[in-house]
Amino acid sequence: MSGANTSSLLPSQAGEIERLQRLANRIRYSAMSMTHHSGMGHTGGDLSSSDILATLYLGGVLRVDPQHPGWPQRDRFIMSKGHCSAAFYSTLAFRGFFPTELLSTFMEPLSKLNGHPDRNKLPGVEANTGPLGHGLPIGVGCALAARMRNETWRVFVLVGDGELQEGSNWEAAMTAQHYGLDNLIVIVDRNRIQQGDFTENISRTASLGDRWSAFGFAVAEADGHNHAALVERFAGIPIEAGKPSCIIASTVKGKGVSFAENRPAWHHGVPTKEQLAAARVELGVEGEE
Amino acid sequence: MSVSAEQQPDIQLRDCRDAYAQTLESMAEEDARVCAVVNDSVSSTKLKNFSARFPERFVNVGIAEQNMVGVGAGLANGGMVPFVCGASCFLTARAMEQVKVDLGYSNSNVKLCGMSSGMAYGELGPTHHSIEDLAWTRIIPNLSVIVPADPLETAQAMRCALAHQGPMFLRISRMPVPSVHAAGYTFEPGKAPILRQGDDVALLANGVMVWRALAAAEMLAARGVEARVVNMSSMKPMDVDAVLDAARATRGIVTAEEALATGGLGGAVAELLALHHPARMRILGVPGVFAPTGSAEFLLEHFGLTAQGICSAALELLGEKGCATA
Repeated sequence: MSGANTSSLLPSQAGEIERLQRLANRIRYSAMSMTHHSGMGHTGGDLSSSDILATLYLGGVLRVDPQHPGWPQRDRFIMSKGHCSAAFYSTLAFRGFFPTELLSTFMEPLSKLNGHPDRNKLPGVEANTGPLGHGLPIGVGCALAARMRNETWRVFVLVGDGELQEGSNWEAAMTAQHYGLDNLIVIVDRNRIQQGDFTENISRTASLGDRWSAFGFAVAEADGHNHAALVERFAGIPIEAGKPSCIIASTVKGKGVSFAENRPAWHHGVPTKEQLAAARVELGVEGEE
Repeated sequence: MSVSAEQQPDIQLRDCRDAYAQTLESMAEEDARVCAVVNDSVSSTKLKNFSARFPERFVNVGIAEQNMVGVGAGLANGGMVPFVCGASCFLTARAMEQVKVDLGYSNSNVKLCGMSSGMAYGELGPTHHSIEDLAWTRIIPNLSVIVPADPLETAQAMRCALAHQGPMFLRISRMPVPSVHAAGYTFEPGKAPILRQGDDVALLANGVMVWRALAAAEMLAARGVEARVVNMSSMKPMDVDAVLDAARATRGIVTAEEALATGGLGGAVAELLALHHPARMRILGVPGVFAPTGSAEFLLEHFGLTAQGICSAALELLGEKGCATA
């Protein structure tokens, strides 16, 4: 079953990379449509994380089985930056965890698609996130459980760079290094913008890699929008045996949509009908649903 | 406190933490899913033995309570049944958002063991008192709240925690207590055992206040007042019938808890009665202040959380004169 979902993808497979690029842009457009219809959402972070999500779920990295979302041996992915739920939901739907029709109910009354993910409502969601700094401690617990049960599942946690201002992340990082959890992979969506401003104007986050290294992680950097680079990084984990991994993915907030790129206001900007139409053209998904 | 050996067959005072720790070890022997998470509190949670016997199922995250509760949620996600143990003051207050989101909202199968609750750390001051925890935990949906009264009940509540699917908060004091239940007693969530029958007044207590309520009932009996004593160890789910029966059968209810008098057991009982059977009440607890410094026993005396204090409150409620000092 689920083992078959892990393809042996090579970065040189240009067609596959193109496919991922197209899927990532479908995720982007889907997320923007959802936000447009709901009138609420987090467009900037949806767009910065779409390539990472596409690579993990649709590029054969995660060992998951949408037909059996509770498969005990599955890899765990925790969307710690739960506010970017529109991109996350779109990815789960495209991976087959639930029908894509559900996406249009985003944030509607009684919808399963809350503004922030709820694992008890939607298959594929591992943790209820939204308040920042919750995902990594949970990920550490999942990784410890694999060790206790002598299982080989891996745990991927996607965090935002602004999110790292929450101290619980660093508490969890200390536990991860102490127990040498090399089945844990933290991915930082390093888009350099948080809700209020550029991260560097609020709490300087320079030398981010050194910080993770100092906390005992094996660190690698990657262009968070280059699928071949991401695939290669994910193929190389653990980066170092006996250490948790941290992949710092350099990203652009609002990536792929010119008027949203690198603008703090688009953290939770909502596209108008015209902007959505323009984004559709820029993303090259005119022919898509 | 005057409790004679005739009134209490087993007057030996014991620390409920021993029963909790021994039960956790037994359960770990029987069930490979049982594991423990602590915040450097190995000795105060009495888990030294556990850590030696089951090192691979013992996680010490250091002084990091938010992380500790999140790690518990992750372990549960991975199929383990974690018992997350730490001083109740830090476990609840410091990690409240994790308790709400990672456990309650997520309905994670995690068991919180809040140790040395109430004013057990009396001399250390209000930073180390945990008199707010009952109010905080009982309002969180999905989270059960259990306050055992003696070692036997503590052991049984631990086994119930393992059998129960979902998050649970167990409040375990370090203040020694006598047995209040006979050997054949079976704890059941949502059931409040009546430890003594009586139809004049009802004394509803939990945790370390239960044996004090029993002693108060003796004092009341000496004055011709028959008190019903109900052990409200299962604070949530609460035994609605037991509370309503007590209200219907008696002329008033006195609640007693080693916690703030607002938001805890008294508050929960008052909410229930206000809606279904308004009754006269006295709520005994810490009256909306941070407690001063002093031993746990001193502080209980200070706030009238004694057999004497319960007896006086009951008599006052019934319109009779106060309880003479024993």
